[in-house]
Amino acid sequence: MAQTPNTTALAVFIVLFVSVAFLGFSAARWQRSGEAQISEWGLGGRRFGTLITWFLLGGDLYTAYTFIAVPTALFGTGANGFFAVPYTVFVYPIMFAVFPRLWSVARANGYVTAADFVRGRFGSGALALAVAVTGIVATMPYIALQLVGMEVVLGGLGIHGEWPLVIAFATVAAFTYTSGLRAPAIIAVAKDLFVYITVIAAIIIIPGELGGYAKIFAAVPKAKLLLAPPTATSLGQGFGYATLGLGSALALFLYPHAVTGLFGSASKRVVRRNAVILPAYSLALGLIALLGTMALASGVQSMPAYAHGFKMFGANYAVPALFLQMFPSWFVGFAFAAIVIGALVPAAIMSIASANLFTRNIYREYLHPKCSPANELQVAKIAALVVLIGALGFIIWLPGAQKFAITLQLLGGIWIIQTLPAVLIGLYTRWFHPVALLAGWAVGIVSGTAMVAAKNFTSSIYALDILGMTAPCYDAISSLMVNLAVTVVLSFVFNAMLGGARADSTTVSDYI
Amino acid sequence: MTRFRPIYLLLFPPYIALLWVGSYNRVDPTLFGIPFFYWYQLAWIPLGALLLYPIYRAEERRKD
Repeated sequence: MAQTPNTTALAVFIVLFVSVAFLGFSAARWQRSGEAQISEWGLGGRRFGTLITWFLLGGDLYTAYTFIAVPTALFGTGANGFFAVPYTVFVYPIMFAVFPRLWSVARANGYVTAADFVRGRFGSGALALAVAVTGIVATMPYIALQLVGMEVVLGGLGIHGEWPLVIAFATVAAFTYTSGLRAPAIIAVAKDLFVYITVIAAIIIIPGELGGYAKIFAAVPKAKLLLAPPTATSLGQGFGYATLGLGSALALFLYPHAVTGLFGSASKRVVRRNAVILPAYSLALGLIALLGTMALASGVQSMPAYAHGFKMFGANYAVPALFLQMFPSWFVGFAFAAIVIGALVPAAIMSIASANLFTRNIYREYLHPKCSPANELQVAKIAALVVLIGALGFIIWLPGAQKFAITLQLLGGIWIIQTLPAVLIGLYTRWFHPVALLAGWAVGIVSGTAMVAAKNFTSSIYALDILGMTAPCYDAISSLMVNLAVTVVLSFVFNAMLGGARADSTTVSDYI
Repeated sequence: MTRFRPIYLLLFPPYIALLWVGSYNRVDPTLFGIPFFYWYQLAWIPLGALLLYPIYRAEERRKD
């Protein structure tokens, strides 16, 4: 059944994909100034208004992988998978309060990356390098995971093998090279319309077919419906749930692709407005999460038609199978196109963000300090290609790469959060000593990684012992605490020994 | 440093509500058959946005 290509769905899918790819190429001519410099290509000239930024960040943060992984988590683990909802609630007050400040200082000083800011603020090339490398390393597996999302959906259409992935990624690489950040910005508009239509259709049609939400939730095993409550000796699953939400939210805007999306916006006001209106995507994500529960209730996992898909992709196949079961063919094509196109947007932005980091904080800093703006731009464009080809090669040629990418992405969140003291707290104070920040970062990375290693790289929740109580805590939070403790103590020591006066190329008025 | 503005206290309710998992880790009351755990957290998405809006307005007024 699902192994043979579904012709109607496939036709709709291909038409939509080709149209959107065409949009990506035409984006190069939109709002162009003609200046050959990295902020033109890598930040879209910093001219995106409220609506385009909304589509861009929406497409960037709520990725294709998210749309597959979140319902899969509910399908597989039940209530715990719903942490994506508090996570997305926690993100926006932080974005609202903190990020206009980062935007301002970046605009005033021409910063393209978060590492540029750290370089200027603390006058330390080594610290900036640590921030840049952390960003690149945390982003790479994320790009690879977009391919995983694509693969599952293409499998649902009955297409297997590597060539469709190669075509899709070649398309991303080509329009990223020519159009820079403008391409995903334009494509995001089309993609998000598809996503919203799919979500609305899904939450209206599927619960009706399945006999209502009461029946859907009745199909969830009792143990998975809620979180395991606290006991006399343990804080229970709820503590892990809360820290997972909070840690993920703190990490999100430290990711290079999020910073790139923010720096592309035209004003501080655009950033603030987006913190208010981006939750619309969270609502879509929350509803998509419930698709996992619907998939469970629909019984698709025991239907012979989908056995092959579940065997190939595991629980990730739950939502594609649900769509194939519930929707007419042409709408399956539409919904799947939404997911695959949804993978193009973050893949493009992530490759641009990594390229910006490489070019600004490694190439210009260490390899070719006197490079011209045109040279810088050319290096960034090539770096983006290398990143995309690297991610593709990784998924296609490395056996077991998918699992590896998921583990790396798990670690990525823990690693990127270690840049929080330098980037976010650094926006408010420069009391931290750069060497202390670097030491805190290193200790955070090592302790966070060690906690994941202790769980054989399968879980990012490590049970802490707090006053005799077991507290299952997200490693990003516990390792960040260690990082902060080291940073504060060593800052006292170094500031006392070496004095507090250091180079800071930003001024007070830059932050307002 | 900028002066503390009380309206910014509106940033905190979502964290208090959703970090306190014990307050919503229950099935009843259900809404359209959806257990409390699920619909309550979903409800905080628009609620969080609504709380940001007055701060946004205050920031806009400050500029003028």
